[in-house]
Amino acid sequence: MIEIGLGHYLSLGAIIFFLGVIGIFLNRKNVIVILMSIELILLAVNINLISFSIFSGDIVGQIFTMLILTVAAAEAAIGLAIIVVYYRNRGSIRVEDIHGMKG
Amino acid sequence: MIVHSIFFYFFSIIAIFSSLMVITSRSTINSVFFLILDFISVGCLFIMVGAEFLGMILLIVYVGAVAVLFLFVVMMLNVAEQKQSWFIGKKSTHIPTGLIVSVLILLELLVVVGGWKYKEDVMSSSTLVLSNISNTHQLGLVMYTDYILYFQLAGIVLLLAMIGAILLTFRERKGVKKQSYVNQISRGPSTAVELIEVKSNQGVKIDD
Repeated sequence: MIEIGLGHYLSLGAIIFFLGVIGIFLNRKNVIVILMSIELILLAVNINLISFSIFSGDIVGQIFTMLILTVAAAEAAIGLAIIVVYYRNRGSIRVEDIHGMKG
Repeated sequence: MIVHSIFFYFFSIIAIFSSLMVITSRSTINSVFFLILDFISVGCLFIMVGAEFLGMILLIVYVGAVAVLFLFVVMMLNVAEQKQSWFIGKKSTHIPTGLIVSVLILLELLVVVGGWKYKEDVMSSSTLVLSNISNTHQLGLVMYTDYILYFQLAGIVLLLAMIGAILLTFRERKGVKKQSYVNQISRGPSTAVELIEVKSNQGVKIDD
């Protein structure tokens, strides 16, 4: 309990990952919250990679974290651009209103 | 060792609480506020555990660019169907949450700066610390030599994201008078000047 090891960081990453997945499935508001949940999931992955990198003494995990940060930033930019275009065309980004593909 | 556990539990409890608030809060603006708080807590955790460069990147790039981009889009789309303006109005619910988040961020930054001198105690279990060069130096030594291809590919991903975002949100506006260089340059004397034989007592029509 007092001694903080690798397992504590992995547990933190698992909890944040779980909350992100829950946020995607239970979301009834708008699509931006889904994008924020995806950011939470990527953050959990980063926590895992960095804790493995620190506790096993290998710097390469931090390099992969940086690549994940890059991809996450690109994904946020593209996703928000798509949301802006969708809102301009339809006037709403509520999750119930988005059923254009009848999925 | 006790210092490490205190830091870990402080930041991780705030991170879990704020990620819970991201997915459950009623207004989207509050979700973005708590997302910022979450990024800052995890960034402080990274800094304390020894990955200083990535912690700073998380603070600067994520909080400074991505979260603020979310905030801009939420404010621009007006999704919270709030009729009142942001700061004036009877039930403006963003002020208390914003204050709470700001105070928590200030507290976290104070804890990180104050805990900097216990840093050796925090990172005593790590083997990366024993080398006497800094984390940024280590990262650069590996990233620009062995992983240069991935570094360049990350740059290309960012370039494509920029082009894609511009292309998606670009729209041509009607009714805006713009300067057209091609028309200006390709305009010759044959189209610009017209010679008219003026008959006496009749004048010239100039707007035909």
